[in-house]
Amino acid sequence: MAAQAEEVDRLPPLPAGETPLVRAEGLTVHFPVRGGLWRRVRGYVRAVDNVSFRVRRGTTVGLVGESGSGKTTIGHCLVKLLRPNSGSIRYNGSEIGSLSKRAFFPYRKRIQMIFQDPFNSLNPRMSLAKILAEPLEIHFPRMSVQQRRDRAAELLEMVGLEADHLPRYPHEFSGGQRQRIGIARALAVEPDFIVCDEPVSALDVSVQAGIVNLLQDLQQELGLTYLFIAHDLAVVEHISDEVLVMKDGVIVEQAGSEEIYRNPGHPYTIKLLRAVPSL
Amino acid sequence: MLRYILRELLRRRLGAVCLIILAVLYAATILSQFLAPYLPTDQDLKHSYHPPTRIVLKDWRPHVQVYERVDPSAARYGPVEGKTVPLRFFVSGEKYRFLGLFPTKTHLFGVDEPHRVYLLGSDATGRDVFSRLLYGAQVSLSIGFIGILVTMSLGFIVGSAAGYFGRYVDFAAMRLVEFVIAIPSLYLLIALRGALAEYFDPEQMYLLIVLILSLIGWAGAARIIRGMALSLRERPFVLAAEVMGQSSGRILMRHFLPNLASYLLVAATLSIPVYILAEASLSFLGLGIQEPGTSWGLMLKQAQELKVFTLGLWWLLTPGAAIFVTVITFNMLGDVLRDIVDPRHQMTED
Ligand SMILES: Nc1ncnc2c1ncn2[C@@H]1O[C@H](COP(=O)(O)OP(=O)(O)OP(=O)(O)O)[C@@H](O)[C@H]1O
Ligand SMILES: [Mg+2]
Repeated sequence: MAAQAEEVDRLPPLPAGETPLVRAEGLTVHFPVRGGLWRRVRGYVRAVDNVSFRVRRGTTVGLVGESGSGKTTIGHCLVKLLRPNSGSIRYNGSEIGSLSKRAFFPYRKRIQMIFQDPFNSLNPRMSLAKILAEPLEIHFPRMSVQQRRDRAAELLEMVGLEADHLPRYPHEFSGGQRQRIGIARALAVEPDFIVCDEPVSALDVSVQAGIVNLLQDLQQELGLTYLFIAHDLAVVEHISDEVLVMKDGVIVEQAGSEEIYRNPGHPYTIKLLRAVPSL
Repeated sequence: MLRYILRELLRRRLGAVCLIILAVLYAATILSQFLAPYLPTDQDLKHSYHPPTRIVLKDWRPHVQVYERVDPSAARYGPVEGKTVPLRFFVSGEKYRFLGLFPTKTHLFGVDEPHRVYLLGSDATGRDVFSRLLYGAQVSLSIGFIGILVTMSLGFIVGSAAGYFGRYVDFAAMRLVEFVIAIPSLYLLIALRGALAEYFDPEQMYLLIVLILSLIGWAGAARIIRGMALSLRERPFVLAAEVMGQSSGRILMRHFLPNLASYLLVAATLSIPVYILAEASLSFLGLGIQEPGTSWGLMLKQAQELKVFTLGLWWLLTPGAAIFVTVITFNMLGDVLRDIVDPRHQMTED
């Protein structure tokens, strides 16, 4: 393998006194590789290796990289679906990476996730009303049944669906509509920060723009902060303020969105940019 | 979902036939005290091994042929030419509670004493086989239902917890499953029966058998459910529930259970026969239901005399036929259900 180029970090330093909403430092995740008769641990995949980045409040940070580069793994660490082997995650200045499940619970209301696969991210046996009521029951236990229904209807309208879709089931909707339902579910708890894990990669090109625009409108309206994961730069270009480029578990370049397109610094970024069909 | 399955079942001829047969069997079981002319314990030593009585029409009314012994030393009966007694409907007989609720004495049919109507003949002590079949069904047909309720619940709890939590829970659960599966089940049955029998009265034998069968049966179900849970826990909707902070118990009940429901339904339908057969085997070995209780297995045990074959007392084998029909029907229903819920056959609705 050719010698790796150094990481290129061209982000301006944070203004004095600003705490980023999310800051990850030295994040490392190793997955054991098992093999042989006894399924012994044969080695480790360094899915994420000593990764540091920050996400400023109210902005969108794009995270790009080819398949298997560790993007989802980072997302899972941020929402505590996964505990990193080492490194720290700070949310609004306080350490959350090492919190116990119980201590992390209040953050579940503030950090949400949107998933890549709209066909599997909704429970096929639950109606939209139930899907949207679930997060409300957990984080707003004092809401009445009627209040929950009203809120669910409101959420559906926020993402461009209709209130009378509530009794329907996910299979009655298209991929794009399902992704909207997934967004409504994430919004139900009124989060500040949303990890969007390739929210449009599984969708038809014709509906991708609709979802991206919806996410941008919601950001404007609700002051949301996004970590937007994608595997090609084209999608990220449109929505991000800053971009992280990832390869084999490490961030090879981070820069402002404009900057990275005008003047990519890392050979891998250049390669990614070439792969983007010019529109 | 349930409505969809029911509609699909009725749309398939085999499914509809199975459902109808089972509906008739279970309706007869529920109404057994009303349908049976006698108590299962009603003896009449003068009428042992009586053949099924013929029903004849006289003046457009059903009458029951009267028989007499042709050979006083053997159980041989012949019809008395021209002698019949009227078959009466809604006669009063032994007291019971209709559907377990309303006390009543009315039975669907009967004949005036001292004559007797034996639709399916009588056994060694002159008890009515037809009545005993109906009462026996209460045991034989319910044991499967209660059995699978216990096994499927246990199997779901252990299997889904093993699959979902993984690690030590999984390890412990699977070693336990392997332990249970490794023991030959007939041996385990007999051993458990022996070990537990002293804590149960003979009348509670039914409970004991269900308990034993469930203790054996859950392991297989748990292993399969674990496998399905392993793949379910990676599904994004389960991850989404975790991200919103849903508790593990609720994730299992709300997200796992409904998505395993169709498997559980098929598995349950296919394993009901196992319970029916196991009850029959246990009772046949003298380890199951005991007199004065009755079950199809116990009736078969009582019909294992050589006489049954030499004298052609075929009616004593009707419990075997009843078991056969029930088992076949449940198996066919399970196959049809599997076709319906199999994702490869599934169209839009799931
Ligand atoms: N649970 C796991 N166990 C073992 N290895 C894993 C696990 N999850 C991910 N990996 C490995 O970690 C690496 C990073 O995976 P990750 O899913 O984060 O990639 P990604 O960038 O999201 O890719 P994609 O674009 O395909 O979604 C891959 O090599 C993957 O095989
Ligand atoms: Mg991914």
